Amino acid sequence: MLRYVDVHKEYPRTGMALAGVSFALARGEFAFLTGPSGSGKSTLLRLAYLAERPTRGEVQVAGASSATTPTGEVPLLRRTLGVIFQDFRLLPDRTAEQNVAFALEVTGVAQGAIRERVGRALAQVGLASKGTALPHELSGGEQQRVAIARALVNRPLLLLADEPTGNLDDRAARGVFQLLREINASGTAVLMATHNLELVRRAELRVVELQRGRLVHDSADGAAPAPSASGAAAGAAAPTAGEGA
Amino acid sequence: MRLAVREALLAFRRAPLLSALGVATIAFSLFAFGLFGLVALNLRDALASVEERVEIRAFVADSTAPELALAAAGEVRAFAEVAAVRYVSPEEALTRARRELGEFRDVFDAAVLPASLEIRLRPGRRDPATVAAVARRVAAFPFVDDVRYGEEWVRKLYRIRSLATGAGLALGGAFAGAALIIVGATIRMAVLARAREIEIMRLVGATDAFVRLPFLLEGAIKGILGGVLALALTWMAHALVSQYVVRTAFFPLPLVLLGVLGGALLGLAGSAVSVTRQLARLGQDRAR
Repeated sequence: MLRYVDVHKEYPRTGMALAGVSFALARGEFAFLTGPSGSGKSTLLRLAYLAERPTRGEVQVAGASSATTPTGEVPLLRRTLGVIFQDFRLLPDRTAEQNVAFALEVTGVAQGAIRERVGRALAQVGLASKGTALPHELSGGEQQRVAIARALVNRPLLLLADEPTGNLDDRAARGVFQLLREINASGTAVLMATHNLELVRRAELRVVELQRGRLVHDSADGAAPAPSASGAAAGAAAPTAGEGA
Repeated sequence: MRLAVREALLAFRRAPLLSALGVATIAFSLFAFGLFGLVALNLRDALASVEERVEIRAFVADSTAPELALAAAGEVRAFAEVAAVRYVSPEEALTRARRELGEFRDVFDAAVLPASLEIRLRPGRRDPATVAAVARRVAAFPFVDDVRYGEEWVRKLYRIRSLATGAGLALGGAFAGAALIIVGATIRMAVLARAREIEIMRLVGATDAFVRLPFLLEGAIKGILGGVLALALTWMAHALVSQYVVRTAFFPLPLVLLGVLGGALLGLAGSAVSVTRQLARLGQDRAR
């Protein structure tokens, strides 16, 4: 579903953001992406939806490759992915329904089908009754659910989540995470970048940890986490570190 | 396409002030251009009417038989540069002189004026070089005593015309350039105001062509509205000047339509440049 092969990413001004990252996410799998700020998590996600291309190495996603996919075909790839962010990225002057419908409209889905699919997506995230609400009339958790509904409405094979609980209180964060688990259970692979260590510890799922652009730990490999300069990141990568759940 | 039209119209509803500002900017830019165009048009008309008076007068020797002069007139009429030739007999010259210079009536009673050929040139062939060349050819006829065409006057007239044309092109170009820059900046503001929307559109899989379409439509609509508003303002200015200062001509219909079309193209071009830049910028934002 998603494979990073010796991926390097270097920016002209800030230098190396990723160095030799390799790992794969299988169809229907769930993985956390952890690491301190600036460790390259967001860059890794951006590479996955081809907002950027690696300086060296290759990203394979949903049958496409960063090395061979022409820019003109990137929009088609994105229709098979869902992406959500910490800041929700909703259009403030449109209702929840309109925000979700937007994702279908821009890809040319027929009007008749849009209404039905939007209704289903909002129901799936538990917001069937709030379709006509504007984003500012919703709580943070609800806004993130609308963003998730928008990501889901195209029935993605892979959901990329960049700190989706970063702006939410604990309760809302747990709710959003539970929703992501349900989506994953229905067959969508999820790669979730997060700082929420509590969530990571409780979930006991695969954890991929980055430090300064390098992959320092992948729990799928069964290896012990590398010593981490960031206690938080080390804790995130080590659910058994005894910090309490 | 339906979505693009809806999004373009929504943009007016969502940001009425910014949209009105865009339309007004286009309108005033085109209005300035239109006013200048109106001045140029009327100046051209005025010069054209002065230019029509350019003529060559060939005075015929006293002893020349009228038949010979008339035959020569037919020959001169065949010149490619010549529009018309008229033979003015001594009697007609005298009558005309008495009519035009009444206070010298007594002088003319005793005078005998020479016959002449009045030669008018075709439009576009009234420049000093052509006028002089035709005058030289006419002077070569053996019975022609003298040829006059107001050499200095023709030269001055052409200098004024060249200056007016040069200044017109330079100022018109400057106005059009300024209009393009201002319109581009206005539309860029509209595009910037919707940067998030563009980003989301791309994120959910909209192609760049799809993203561009509503902005191009919006730009074209603003351009047309601005063009129509500029047309109304220019017409009002023309009507006021005509009523209170001097009677002036207005643009013919094809030019009016061209002006509105120009507005649409201005809006379209401004939008295209702005949205393309913005799309590129959004793509590079994260390329730290």
